[in-house]
Amino acid sequence: MARDTLTGSRIRERRIILEMKQTELAQEAGISASYLNLIEHNRRRIGGKLLLDLADILGVEPSVLTEGAEAALIASLRVAALHARESGAEVDRLDEFAGRFPGWARLLADGQARIETLERSVEALSDRLAHDPHLADALHEMLSTVTSIRSTASILAEPGELDPEWRRRFHRNIHEDSARLAETSRAIASYLEAEDKAASESGTPQEEVDKLLEAADYHIAALDAGEGPEAVAAQLGAQLSAAARGLLVRSFTRYARDAAAMPLGKVLDAVVGTGTDPLALAQRFGTDPAQAMRRLATLPPNAPCGQVGLAICDASGVFTYRKPLPDFPIPRFGADCPLWPLFAALSRPMSVLSRALQSAGRQGGAVTAIAFAQPSGPPQINREPVFEAHMMIAPGMSRAGESAEEVGVTCRICPRRECPARREPSLLGDPIAG
Amino acid sequence: MAKRVMLIEDEPNIIEAISFILSREGLDVETHADGTTANDRLRARVPDLVILDVMLPGKSGYDILRELREDTATAGVPVLMLTARGQSRDREMAERSGVSAYMTKPFSNAEMLGQVRDLLASAV
Repeated sequence: MARDTLTGSRIRERRIILEMKQTELAQEAGISASYLNLIEHNRRRIGGKLLLDLADILGVEPSVLTEGAEAALIASLRVAALHARESGAEVDRLDEFAGRFPGWARLLADGQARIETLERSVEALSDRLAHDPHLADALHEMLSTVTSIRSTASILAEPGELDPEWRRRFHRNIHEDSARLAETSRAIASYLEAEDKAASESGTPQEEVDKLLEAADYHIAALDAGEGPEAVAAQLGAQLSAAARGLLVRSFTRYARDAAAMPLGKVLDAVVGTGTDPLALAQRFGTDPAQAMRRLATLPPNAPCGQVGLAICDASGVFTYRKPLPDFPIPRFGADCPLWPLFAALSRPMSVLSRALQSAGRQGGAVTAIAFAQPSGPPQINREPVFEAHMMIAPGMSRAGESAEEVGVTCRICPRRECPARREPSLLGDPIAG
Repeated sequence: MAKRVMLIEDEPNIIEAISFILSREGLDVETHADGTTANDRLRARVPDLVILDVMLPGKSGYDILRELREDTATAGVPVLMLTARGQSRDREMAERSGVSAYMTKPFSNAEMLGQVRDLLASAV
């Protein structure tokens, strides 16, 4: 659904935030409640004086009602507010802020994203210090050597005479230990310096890959042209860390396999008829639904079927691929909404689940999510299959009259009340359901 | 009769320094650099105090400590654990295994000696 057709939804959303009754707003605007009801359900388009009057009564710029603000931007601002509760940021006026000052809002959201990236880097570095076996061994070696030097030097520094034989042995020990300490220190410094700086700046290797794919609009023309995935990864991922390049090769290998099974030209012709229906596309090309979802997500931005989003997660729920849509953000760090059909699919492998979803707290931006889980590799004797789930997100609702389920991005910024899946309180103050 | 201390540590220069300090105190020090042989010796001749490193070849300090506590002959022997890991979970693990006292490397000779004296006195 186009953004400007959701003006009524935004009026309703804003009215609810202000805790105004429909009749009150209608009365103030000089229209009947039934007419306002039609407007709020996007069944009557409005403009001109009535739009200006409603915006004035609701205390927002008219553009906030007609254009709204990107869900991702709003979500980022909510997170920023959560991290600085003491600032007293007016969370109930986020839409208005983002609508009136889009540049400032983006600046704040970018700052929040940067903070999250840096926090993630700190977390990764702390984790490495605690669990990296190489570093742990080197530190253990260093502390043991320092202990030896300290203990021996203390003996030598004590007043009084020391037996010449002991003195000679302790001098020798300190000499040996100091050489060992120098070597261990050098080894630790080299090890830390060898770590790719890009990794620490971009967070995890997966995030590095996500950024690269986002910058390419998720479409890699060279792979569609038949170039080898390793060569393309080497060329496009030259600035990535070694670990991220490994992930990129894996991602591009899958992309190339999908492109070979579903050539770009034929897919672009097919989607004119199938739209974003992955099952129809899969049937047309004789592939599985997951492959069709990936192919739809990697079409050029000007594909006739429009853009779709895609989330792929492993059996533990960790994202291995994320292509968000403006109206359907996908969190970077996996604290996502358990109500997404992506996770339900993991418990019902090989079943295609389709749900209309709506971001909780926002009336606009309904999407259709189609999820499917299957083993991530071929069957192996006496080995349990490892599943991965795909969830494709297409704007709008595929079936007229369908009611969309309210889902969040993450619990912290989700206003849905009495949610059975809530795992932490919302910034908006909703209690955890008992 | 001199009190007997068994030092189980794999760093030869730490062994030498600690042995020197404890011997100068009039203690009888027996040293072992390998966890497996130390365990056998512990049962053969029970010491008055064990000073135990955590990371050892053959068997970890935690394993030695657990086995020592499970054996009625050695269950009451005070154990001073030395470790290069000062994280709270390591301390908790040592306490769960039945350690008497715990020191994080690098420590001073005076601290170590103080702990040894206290543990030997409390064992009397």
